[in-house]
Amino acid sequence: MKLELSRVVQGCRLGLLTGLGKSGQHSLEVPGCLLYTRCATVPHLTQDTLHTLRDLPSVTQVSVDSLAEHHEVLKEFKEGVRKFSGLHDTVLFCSLHDSANSSPAGHVTNKTVSVWGSGGRIELTVARFIAIQAAIQPDCYQSMADGETWQAGTSRKRVRKAVDRTLAHLDECLALHQKTQELKKAEIFGVVEGGDILEERLRSARETAKRPVGGFVLDGFHSAAMDQDVRVQLIKATSAELPQEKPRLVLGVGRPDEVISCVEAGVDLFESFFPFQVTERGCALSFNYTIDPDPETAGTSTPTVLEFNGERPAVKKLNSNGDENMTPYEMNLKDKWYQDDFRPLVEGCSCYCCKKHMRAYVHHLLVTNELLGGVLLMLHNMAHYLGFFKALREAITSDRLQDFKNRVLHCREVD
Amino acid sequence: MALVKAVSSAAPLALRIVAECPVSKARACTLTLPHCAVYAPVFMPVGTQGTLKGITVDQLEDLDCQICLGNTYHLGMRPGPELIEKANGLHGFMMWNRNLLTDSGGFQMVSLVELSEVTEEGVKFCSPYDGKEILLTPEQSIAIQNSLGSDIMMQLDDVVSSTVKGPRVEEAMHRSVRWLDRCIAANKNPDRQNLFAIIQGGLDAKLRKACLDEMTKRDVPGFAIGGLSGGEEKDDFWKMVTLSTDHLPREKPRYLMGAVCDLFQRFGSALVPWGSLQLKQKQYAKDFQPIDPDCQCPTCRRHSRAYLHALFKSDTAALHHITIHNISYQLTLMRSARQSIIEQRFPEFVKAFMKRMFASREQYPSWAVEALQSVNIYIS
Repeated sequence: MKLELSRVVQGCRLGLLTGLGKSGQHSLEVPGCLLYTRCATVPHLTQDTLHTLRDLPSVTQVSVDSLAEHHEVLKEFKEGVRKFSGLHDTVLFCSLHDSANSSPAGHVTNKTVSVWGSGGRIELTVARFIAIQAAIQPDCYQSMADGETWQAGTSRKRVRKAVDRTLAHLDECLALHQKTQELKKAEIFGVVEGGDILEERLRSARETAKRPVGGFVLDGFHSAAMDQDVRVQLIKATSAELPQEKPRLVLGVGRPDEVISCVEAGVDLFESFFPFQVTERGCALSFNYTIDPDPETAGTSTPTVLEFNGERPAVKKLNSNGDENMTPYEMNLKDKWYQDDFRPLVEGCSCYCCKKHMRAYVHHLLVTNELLGGVLLMLHNMAHYLGFFKALREAITSDRLQDFKNRVLHCREVD
Repeated sequence: MALVKAVSSAAPLALRIVAECPVSKARACTLTLPHCAVYAPVFMPVGTQGTLKGITVDQLEDLDCQICLGNTYHLGMRPGPELIEKANGLHGFMMWNRNLLTDSGGFQMVSLVELSEVTEEGVKFCSPYDGKEILLTPEQSIAIQNSLGSDIMMQLDDVVSSTVKGPRVEEAMHRSVRWLDRCIAANKNPDRQNLFAIIQGGLDAKLRKACLDEMTKRDVPGFAIGGLSGGEEKDDFWKMVTLSTDHLPREKPRYLMGAVCDLFQRFGSALVPWGSLQLKQKQYAKDFQPIDPDCQCPTCRRHSRAYLHALFKSDTAALHHITIHNISYQLTLMRSARQSIIEQRFPEFVKAFMKRMFASREQYPSWAVEALQSVNIYIS
């Protein structure tokens, strides 16, 4: 695995992660996102519907949360999760937790962490963790880590312990990894902890960087953990301690504004659980991310294809259907407003849902609790999110980052 | 009473009998409907609320489905006929370019809604959505179905459970005939929507025959055999079916209503030639073969029972995989049956099917043995 950076603009790293997968044939553009799955399936989608999406990320993410309970089955199957699940030809990255689920805290010890499957809590020692990875057979996985430092009021002592434990787990993982046949070609990513304490973040970063890891996972930075400003500061500082040529993935960050600021702080990769969360609340991503081709006429040209449709009453009058987690980047398709709206979700979007169906139909599916609603929304939201990342890369490439930020973040200001 | 004739010459339906089984009464047909040809015998997937349980219309088309079913009651409630008409009918609303059959709305009302009351006018009930009292008349049922724009519409019939005995059955039969005439009169689009009559009469051969005699006097494009899905004994069931087909016009299609297979999908149950698999059961956790090793559907080509079993714990996509398999299974079964009729080996097909489904001849259900016997197919 190799990260080839082509440029760094205003802190944003632009490049290509190459040599991925068992055959080394896959590559992933950076900044970019992984393909989020639950138990190796993109939520709501079968392979046929999934592949209506173009330019899927070449790296698919699974988590120990959803796979630990299937350890015995995977062990008996012998050929890893990719084959077990019938996944397409893709690179497999395994994280510890599923960022779309919040796990109850208080189940971490010096030697163990816990994951949460459908049957409840499963406690893992490093040995068991590595055994599970051997059964999953990912191309890349994050080391076992103690990430429970994000709650308000976490003491300095606790944060320090988390950093220490995580380093200890990493060393033990690396040792066992060497001895595990099924993980011979896999890479481990070290996990940077440290809560919201700068010194601990720096210590964690420096120490982790000393180990032979393929990349870095930045943990404890998700939305609930800290304010945007603190996050950006800490990530910038952390990033400076990490080798430039190794990729950095941040967990639990998905909102477009947070993604942008993390990219500016030196993050390369993100998860794509955010479009799934939007789907689950019956919403469709609708924020505009297209900047006008000619900077001279920016703001004066006629609306581009993806110009926002100019209505978002659903956000303003957050009715009983509104979810408190709704962001300004989405529209609430359950809103009565859409019941006779025959336009596509987003004008100009080329996803299956927008090419084929209209808002009124999706609204009907949601109101009648039909499964197809989730399928169509997932397709649209994923397409929109991938489009956002592509536009971000293009903006960095063409030195239009400020215009891009204005465009994306503008929807927040409107409200 | 004046005879109401459907405009048969302009009826948007043509039936061509491609082959007939020389042994039984089976026939293979091509039914040409406004949206495309349908090869019968055929199974129609049920898309109750304008959608087929999580699968897209493209996936349905890829499975080679030519006709599916929409539910007038549900769609009439939500989103309502006016909206669907504005969206270019149910075809335009759900973007399905092939054929649609809608039921009358009557069956759901009687079976789903408590305290429904039937009068000569229509069926009265309280809407479960807003508590208002609604009266569904034959005219209204046809008006909704006209708005939906289905290729085949069903008359509103006076539905009585087949377990009910006594004078109510006869009353319902006669009323269904009168309602058929009202439906025929109310059809605004006889040039592009086919109205089917529904033969009633419960389990009483005399009543059935009377109903057949009356309804076949009306020149409707097709007939359904109704009133036979209420949990009656299978012995009675098949006898009423065969009586009906004996007296229905040869050159018109026959639709057997309520031979429900879609209940299976609800609980993760996958259809196979030898029964069904409850994939949520522990025994499949380490079963690495596909649902049916001989099945060519997208699910069986890619996924194992073990994976589906695991996926059930995480994501609804597991249901979609099962739906695709089950629809494929049922469509393929009918296609194979049709092919066997064309190749004049339908009795062999039936025998092979039964052998696969049941472990031994002793387990063949007696009603099936008798029913097949009555059409000269001997399986035990």
